[in-house]
Amino acid sequence: MQAYLDQMIRDGAFAGVPKEVVYAVAMVLAAFVVLSAFVAPLAGVTSWLERRVWARMQSRVGPNRVGPQGILQWLADGIKNLLKEDLIPADADSKLFSFAPYVVFMGFLCTFVVIPFGADLIVADLNIGILYILAVTSLVVVGILMAGWASNNKWSLLGGMRSAAQIVSYEIPAGLAILTIIFLAGTMSMQGIIKAQGWVPWDWYLFHSPFTLGAFFLYFTAALAEGNRTPFDIPEAESELVAGYVTEYSGMRFLFFFFAEWGNLYVIGAVATTLFLGGWQVPPIFENPVLLGIAQFVTFFLKAYLWVFVAMWVRATLPRVRVDQLMALCWKYMVPLSFTCLLGTIGLMFVPAQGQTIIKAITFGFALATAINFFRRVVFQVRNARPELYFKPQI
Amino acid sequence: MSVANYAKDIWQVMSTTFEGMSITLSHLVRRPMTIQYPDKIPVPIQETLPHRYRGILEVDLDICTGCLACERDCPITCITIGIDMNKETKVRQFTHFDIDVCKCMYCGLCSEACPTGAIRHSQEFEGASYNPAGLVRHFAPQLQNLYKPKKGGETDPTLVAKVDIGQKYLDEFATPDGGAAADES
Repeated sequence: MQAYLDQMIRDGAFAGVPKEVVYAVAMVLAAFVVLSAFVAPLAGVTSWLERRVWARMQSRVGPNRVGPQGILQWLADGIKNLLKEDLIPADADSKLFSFAPYVVFMGFLCTFVVIPFGADLIVADLNIGILYILAVTSLVVVGILMAGWASNNKWSLLGGMRSAAQIVSYEIPAGLAILTIIFLAGTMSMQGIIKAQGWVPWDWYLFHSPFTLGAFFLYFTAALAEGNRTPFDIPEAESELVAGYVTEYSGMRFLFFFFAEWGNLYVIGAVATTLFLGGWQVPPIFENPVLLGIAQFVTFFLKAYLWVFVAMWVRATLPRVRVDQLMALCWKYMVPLSFTCLLGTIGLMFVPAQGQTIIKAITFGFALATAINFFRRVVFQVRNARPELYFKPQI
Repeated sequence: MSVANYAKDIWQVMSTTFEGMSITLSHLVRRPMTIQYPDKIPVPIQETLPHRYRGILEVDLDICTGCLACERDCPITCITIGIDMNKETKVRQFTHFDIDVCKCMYCGLCSEACPTGAIRHSQEFEGASYNPAGLVRHFAPQLQNLYKPKKGGETDPTLVAKVDIGQKYLDEFATPDGGAAADES
């Protein structure tokens, strides 16, 4: 995008306005477009889709009244929350209390700067892209802790403390899993990592070796925990903490937290896609640059959204873990395993190219066999229960 | 914690998650259990209710004799009946026949006491209203003559049908034994 801007400045499109001003205006405009045209509908539709998918997995119907099949439910929820009273408790630290949702939101929204939707469709291809994502998502914990502290409520404070412990702990396995890919790609730039992979599945880093396959699942689990998603949603555990750090929030400020949560799901999927699933890589059959751009965007979007769906699916499946179980899972299992993955990947880098291909083939075959076995289990479950089948998405 | 236990823990987490997720995915292709009341259902709920369901009371004033048995039987006096003599024609008329559904506890004593089966429980249960006054059912909006049973049976065909419905209700549903006597005969 910067290249286009430079070209336009050279062509004199901005009539001698200083370069820095053009950049600043372009940044604000890009942020506005990304927020209003992409992130807001995305988070909204994700909230609706999550409720629908979750409902169907529990033999319910879910919201289907507002608009066709309830697809406008998110707009109704948004309007409802906008019209609600913005309540600040008397004993709360009102400045911090008001500011906390924006910190959480900013921590999530800033990641969109480096998410590569296509070869050219990226706000800024930072050369420390993935490190930048790790850094700005850490802002979320500051916001959550701020919300928990400023609410002056014991549930909020407990939720904030739990969240801090959880996010800080789970950043270690997530960072180590990401580090395996940084070692393989030799770059931290998001575009560089994608360009190091191919469009066929066995050229993805996911199937590069058994260690990267493990690293992927470690990253995904750790990212779910960082995003406060079930089964790791102990910071807002309803059964213990009312609503955790959002207990005292109402109206739009309340919505900002959930906006960030649902949008964050997509960020998790996008990072996983970039690192492990070949990003926007498409088969080399597109000649037209516009068509190529669209194909790349659709590929990236679908790959990332698949993991949003998996996150919903996990939420419908697994129960919430206890605090001690959460910490044990992180420190006793995920940190050693991610170190194993890291060291294993480094070790396998000494294997010559031919050996690499064999490892790749074995990993891909194993993953394929697991997937086939999984769908056989699904078919078994369907047959075993003899339910009334209903394949249509709408009801 | 031995190495074997450690590996076993990891294996258990993976295999149980695998199995659990296959079960939830299989639920995605099942028909939801939900009945989408009040619309998007093949038949209205009222038609699927059992016959002896005690819904909101309804009164067929055309066959009501004005005996006031229901009003006297009602334990919470939710039925109020007003009867007046028409000065010119010397015929007794209903001035009002109100049932306060707010108060009604659906005990069914009124319908058992009714000699003609004019007051009876319907299958209707949807009584939503914006204020309690909206739940008072007015069955005599204008003055209406009382019903007088004729000796030797009813002759007016529209009334015959109504009397039959009332009698059927009495025989089958409004008896204390739940219509067992009617079933035997």
